[in-house]
Amino acid sequence: MADPRISVINERIKEIRNIITVSSGKGGVGKSLVASTLALTLTKKGYSVGLFDLDFTSPSTHVILGIEGVQPKENKGLVPPSVHGLKYMSIVYYSGEHASPLRGVDVSNALIELLAITKWGKLDFLVVDMPPGIGDATLDLLRLIKNIKFLIVTTSSLLAFETVRKLISLLKALKVPIIGIVENMKMNNTKSIQQKVQRLGVTFLGEIPFDIKIEESIGKTNKLLKTIFAEKIDEIASKI
Amino acid sequence: MHEWALAEAIITTASQIAEKEGLNEVTEVKIKVGELQQVEKDILEFALSNLKSGKLHKAKFQIETMNAKLKCRVCGNQWFFNKENLDEKTSEAIHFVPEIAHTYIQCPKCGSPDFEILEGRGIWLESVKGLK
Ligand SMILES: Nc1ncnc2c1ncn2[C@@H]1O[C@H](COP(=O)(O)OP(=O)(O)OP(=O)(O)O)[C@@H](O)[C@H]1O
Ligand SMILES: [Mg+2]
Ligand SMILES: [Zn+2]
Repeated sequence: MADPRISVINERIKEIRNIITVSSGKGGVGKSLVASTLALTLTKKGYSVGLFDLDFTSPSTHVILGIEGVQPKENKGLVPPSVHGLKYMSIVYYSGEHASPLRGVDVSNALIELLAITKWGKLDFLVVDMPPGIGDATLDLLRLIKNIKFLIVTTSSLLAFETVRKLISLLKALKVPIIGIVENMKMNNTKSIQQKVQRLGVTFLGEIPFDIKIEESIGKTNKLLKTIFAEKIDEIASKI
Repeated sequence: MHEWALAEAIITTASQIAEKEGLNEVTEVKIKVGELQQVEKDILEFALSNLKSGKLHKAKFQIETMNAKLKCRVCGNQWFFNKENLDEKTSEAIHFVPEIAHTYIQCPKCGSPDFEILEGRGIWLESVKGLK
């Protein structure tokens, strides 16, 4: 018996020029904030952009972008609504405020379903916000999407970087392109992460300081785009 | 209308299978549709007959609906999905992403959302028959 969804996934994404997966071995390092701000920044630069929240059990990008009261339209599939100028897709359209307690196989199925029915159309960039670690979502994307690229977020902590090192070595072994590493929530001036990244032969995209203004900008995109965080993302965006 | 997306997926897969098995003309495609996804059979049939072309030009589509059987991982209870108990918004959500069932459905015996979908989840191609 064959799963018909798989065959149509490439058809759904064929007009997307770049798929950027924002990922990390570690949780809580700022993936969702980086993914959301990057998507906004690329939109502001005039690109056509989509944002896909693949953290099904703990989606956050809709909170960061203050997205409420919109739904995809049905037109021979699901057409993601345009919010702040970008096409936005998340499981929250269907789970709302409720928990979605999903095991690995469910995560996998939900991801395949959404990839098979979402009609992105033409995009310059699809930014994907990932759950932490190397789990089902990561493995499924690697399995199902050929032209995927990774943007990896770490903090200055060795605890975060060691997990990132593992992710890098997996991606290298699989010959998956790594756009580069972002060092987030930086609170010191050492270059130790940058040096470690460069020693691995991977691009160091830049540092983002710990920005105390972030919390009050959550849900307010205008405010968010005026933070130091966004300024740094803008510099990073021009490198990709 | 999301049945059209599923129909497109079925046609693409059936064509790939026909290609792989060296069929010149597909005569029959058997499809299993899980009740959990609450696919509108009429729309799916209509979409399939509209989208079929090439080797599938003359194909007949047999669609069989399967009850969705759920099994609780906590207490072992097994039960069948029943959409009558759900409001419209919930059943629409499950229609698009069947895993959303875990958000709205609990084991009728112990209340846990940690259940397995044993059968009747989405859409499967059972067989593709044709002439060589
Ligand atoms: N540069 C920064 N300055 C200040 N706060 C930050 C910064 N980056 C992220 N944060 C905050 O840190 C927290 C975690 O960020 P975020 O949710 O984006 O991380 P994540 O990697 O997506 O987490 P998870 O692994 O749970 O998905 C959030 O409260 C966010 O606002
Ligand atoms: Mg996150
Ligand atoms: Zn139970």
